Amino acid sequence: MSGSSYFSVLTLAAGTVLVCAVAILWLASIRAVISMVAVQGASLGLVAVVLGVHLHDAGLLAAAAVVVVVKAVVIPVLLGRASGSDSGSRESRPLVNVPASLVASAALIVLAFVTGRGVAHFVGTRAGALVPIGIATMLIGFFVLVARRRPTFQIVGLLMVDNGIALTAFLCTAGFPFLIELGVSFDVLLGVVVLMVLSQRLRLEFGDVDLDELQELHD
Amino acid sequence: MLLMTILVLPLLGGTAVALGRGRTWSAWAAVASNGGALALGIIAAVRVLREGPLSGARGTLRADALSVFMVIVIGAISLLASWLGVRTPARAPEDGHRNPERSAVYGVLVQAFVGFMILAVLAANVGVLWVAVEATTIVTAFLVGFRRTRGSLEASWKYIVICSVGIALAFLGTVFVYLAALHAGGHSAHALDWTSLMAHARHFDPSLMRLAFGLLVLGYGTKVGLAPMHTWLPDAHSQAPAPVSALMSGVLLTVAFYAILRFKAVTDVALGPGFARTLLVIVGLLSLALAASLLIAQRDYKRMLAYSSIEHMGLIALGAAAGIRLAIAAVLLHILGHGLAKSVLFLTSGEILTAEGTSRIDGVRSLVARRPALGGLFGVGLVALLGLPPFSLFTSELVMVRAEFEVGLGWAAVLAMVAMVVVFIAVVGHARHMLLGPSGPPRPAGSSGVTAPPPRWVAAPLIGGLVVCGFIGVFAWPLSGLLAAAARVVAT
Repeated sequence: MSGSSYFSVLTLAAGTVLVCAVAILWLASIRAVISMVAVQGASLGLVAVVLGVHLHDAGLLAAAAVVVVVKAVVIPVLLGRASGSDSGSRESRPLVNVPASLVASAALIVLAFVTGRGVAHFVGTRAGALVPIGIATMLIGFFVLVARRRPTFQIVGLLMVDNGIALTAFLCTAGFPFLIELGVSFDVLLGVVVLMVLSQRLRLEFGDVDLDELQELHD
Repeated sequence: MLLMTILVLPLLGGTAVALGRGRTWSAWAAVASNGGALALGIIAAVRVLREGPLSGARGTLRADALSVFMVIVIGAISLLASWLGVRTPARAPEDGHRNPERSAVYGVLVQAFVGFMILAVLAANVGVLWVAVEATTIVTAFLVGFRRTRGSLEASWKYIVICSVGIALAFLGTVFVYLAALHAGGHSAHALDWTSLMAHARHFDPSLMRLAFGLLVLGYGTKVGLAPMHTWLPDAHSQAPAPVSALMSGVLLTVAFYAILRFKAVTDVALGPGFARTLLVIVGLLSLALAASLLIAQRDYKRMLAYSSIEHMGLIALGAAAGIRLAIAAVLLHILGHGLAKSVLFLTSGEILTAEGTSRIDGVRSLVARRPALGGLFGVGLVALLGLPPFSLFTSELVMVRAEFEVGLGWAAVLAMVAMVVVFIAVVGHARHMLLGPSGPPRPAGSSGVTAPPPRWVAAPLIGGLVVCGFIGVFAWPLSGLLAAAARVVAT
């Protein structure tokens, strides 16, 4: 792969991760959000593939395969199944409405570019210059966690935080050694499964709830 | 080989539980496996003191004095917790009798929990440490929600969401440490190994390390329960079955703190001691202030114990901030003493909850007169927890304060002591009501129904835990060599 096409594919893939994050803020239907999660996972995998090919790093290609399987296939399928029975499969009353969320995401992206510049400069490679995209994705994930109230959206928010951090890791250091990468992906997968089981139990126990209606425990 | 055996033993216990479908004998096999891990941990400690750090599994596992000390803490407390846990699944609220499937799930998860904690402290590589700490979050989420009541489901949801976010930040911090290590010339496969990090830390980029350590304190600090990231802790600790609370409060918090201690050592080499000290003093004092203020009006005795954990984690953070050998040795002794006292208290509170049917402080009166065994254990446990002699928390708190004065953190030590006095008064006030107090109006039959006192095999490990806590407070010799060696590993 020639230098310039390598970098443009990398930028496109990393950019798609961020675009998916913003799209998730914009979409209200859970089904559409889950497909965005899948696209985001696939783009993250593409980032790893491009880097792996460029650096001739077989470990990174293996990590990319794991990322694609876990984040673009398994997790979206599981999420889709779990939310299939979710009667209220729309975020009806988000704490922050959609236009305000989009403005907030613009602010978060600016913040990410300001804070990420130092790290990007330190990494020194062309891939490193894209680090702010990873940080922006992470910040938007945090925003989803606090601004959305349905359990499925919170799981998606956590996944976005995780994808943003994984993207940052790929761009900074070309990923961790493969075994650690495998452990991390496995943890993420199990974490999502546990959250989905819990959200189903919550639904059985409380009916169709928004999470801020959980007020049993306080001081 | 030794390290691998220590790691695998609790998992074998878990396999026994799975094969025995949670029958009583298999639960006892799990207890034995945890006891075995404790015994092997002590053997490993002797060997580390004689021969230096051990390694195992082709260099994936590594044990220096600090690691084996933590293995001993994990072994001791998991022995206590699984011993008392033999009866736990039988008490699932929806079915009065033993449900084999649920008992098996419970036992397997507890053993996996113990196994991952051991992996966290024996991992040679800080990436593996991260994977293990994250895995403890996942296995304990179901344990927190095990009773499937509304409160416990809410607590486990909060727990896993908040801790996942925290641990994600710790991951980002680890990424930045890795980046700094690669730039300082570390080889990619081993750059995150503890020995390699310490060897290259002098050349790490300072501004990157500041960012990384900030994220690591925020991330692992969430799991430690340091304020302001503590919000999951009181809910999870009060809702989980008692043995799980004991394990979480007694060791899980300090296993996460172990990660902070390791990274603090790297940061100190890269940046000098000032940066890590400032951060830890801030979170330590915040935790103390928060715990003290919320303990005053506490109405639930399990939450009272949970806030006391936040207080003790604050003390440990302050001790680690001081950073000199004396301080770190005291921090480690405090980790052991607090673990023992707090797990005995949580386990006793589980028995009190079963006997009295309420976890409200004003629902329990004159316990010493009515149930001398439980009341006595709870009272003595609180005496240990509040740092009164002869228990080891007295020694460790005293030494931490002295070390803090030595490095010029006297002002922080004074603030900490003010908070401790407030905690003391608050806890003694609550305990006086629960243990002595007038017995109040007779309750309707059923709620306080006649329950047999706990059998002797239940009381024995609890008494044992307190005796050990007192013994190491009076005689430091069995531990002093190990503590000094462990402190050398991470002290400035």
